[in-house]
Amino acid sequence: MKFVNLDHISSNPILPEVKQAMIEAIGKDYANPSSQHTPGEQAAEALERARESVARLINCELPKEVVFTSCGTESINHAIKGVALANQKKGRHIVTSNIEHNAVIRSIRRLKSMGFTVTSLSVDSYGRINPREVADAIKEDTVLVSIMHSNNETGTIQPIEEIGEIAREKKIVFHCDAVDSVGIVPIDVNKLGVDLMSFAANTFYGPTGVGGLYIRRGTQVWPLLDGGIQENNKRAGTENLIGIIGAGVAADIAVRDLESRSKTLGRLKQKMIDELPGYIDEYIINTHSDYSLPNLISISIKYIEGESVVLMLDDEGLAVSTRSACATGSLRASHVLLSIGRSHADAQGTLVVSFGPENTEADVTTFLTALKNVVTTLRNISPLYKKMSQG
Amino acid sequence: MYNKTVMDHFRNPRNVGTIEDADGVGEVGNPLCGDMMTIYLKIEDDKIEDIKFQTFGCGSAIAVSSMLTEIAKGKSVAEAKKITNQDVANALEGLPKNKLHCSNLGADALQMAIKNYEDKKSGKAIPELKRKDEHEHSHGDKCYCPYCDIEILPETTFCEACHADLNEQH
Repeated sequence: MKFVNLDHISSNPILPEVKQAMIEAIGKDYANPSSQHTPGEQAAEALERARESVARLINCELPKEVVFTSCGTESINHAIKGVALANQKKGRHIVTSNIEHNAVIRSIRRLKSMGFTVTSLSVDSYGRINPREVADAIKEDTVLVSIMHSNNETGTIQPIEEIGEIAREKKIVFHCDAVDSVGIVPIDVNKLGVDLMSFAANTFYGPTGVGGLYIRRGTQVWPLLDGGIQENNKRAGTENLIGIIGAGVAADIAVRDLESRSKTLGRLKQKMIDELPGYIDEYIINTHSDYSLPNLISISIKYIEGESVVLMLDDEGLAVSTRSACATGSLRASHVLLSIGRSHADAQGTLVVSFGPENTEADVTTFLTALKNVVTTLRNISPLYKKMSQG
Repeated sequence: MYNKTVMDHFRNPRNVGTIEDADGVGEVGNPLCGDMMTIYLKIEDDKIEDIKFQTFGCGSAIAVSSMLTEIAKGKSVAEAKKITNQDVANALEGLPKNKLHCSNLGADALQMAIKNYEDKKSGKAIPELKRKDEHEHSHGDKCYCPYCDIEILPETTFCEACHADLNEQH
């Protein structure tokens, strides 16, 4: 059975050109890029080429403003803890939002337990922040604003440019978690006005195990990992060169294809939104219609629970993701869905469908047809549906 | 994640539905993890002649409901009263650890339905169907995370094991 992957927010396939480049890189037996000898210098050249490619993708002026890390989560931890700790003599207040990824929330919570104070902003019913509230939240002792570019559960995109302007005006360091955006939508660190930005290669169809952190020159950040002088003294530890070479190739392709990629993904998403009413009823679309990722749609389907939907769709050869509490392992309703006003019951029935490079319009139809059957089956079992239909 | 028995009961749940003139109804719900289960009993000569369920919940919750109805069907009321959540989990040949917690609804719903039947029979005023809507999270002097059951310090504001925010009193 051909498996239809509609869960690209969890993991993307690696592009064939990227795979090829990585296989070739393994064959070259690269030395340590920090070594002074010729093989070491060859490795360093390959590393710097990849850095230049990634720098182009986010339009930063100096490639050395890009630091390679092991994943998006490391980048985020580095940015938040690094800025807070490096600037704690200036102040100990952080501004963030209620819908950030756990990497942000838990990094900040760790700082909170060390005495930092936090203002966490609420969002509207699609998960958007009002930039004015960011301005109002900034205090004399604020040292960091951290707001995500796009949300991994709803796909909604934040007004980052406006927040960047506020941060610049008030001279506050601004970190943006753009892990789900870089390589999917155009990102320009100067246009956005960010001082730090976290991203991950797998989002733009590179390998997992490679993250990136943009650090605008002059920004005071403590390293997360102390040790050698790798990554311009910003991140110790021998680089994952094979992965980074793959990330560089993926970045080159992203620069070339971004516009058509966005359009193709967006068409699939629009087809699903347009055709959903013909297949199921009583659902809420959590994704903003104008400000959102082209590859993701979040749907809360009433009276049923998401893990059951995922398991039944899996039987039909379809992979999707759910934000149901039952499926997260933590057994808690998603903080993002509760923040945008979904009830616990509606949060339970939330699916995240995310498209990737191999998806076709036929996949959308296959999914909708299977979804209709699954929803009918589960609603027949559901006491909530019975109550609703009896009024 | 789930074993074959669990998946079989999830894919082909037994005794799904409602009984219109049920002799006993039990409804339990758990707003924290969002599961809800209703059990309907038809009882003749003190024996469970028929049992049906409806469940809003994950794969494990559906499988637990299905297995519970299979175990209870045909049993006397006295025998059925002895069915525990552990019996259901054992019959399913085990559930993932974090799902044991979530699936503790099954036997509770059955016991509630039996109580409802006995109250009716004895002509007692029937209390409104009450949901079990709080996770137990203090046993004795110690505090436990309401989400993952790991022991936590009384003053802590989040669970170090599962990172749950613990704003409420615990």
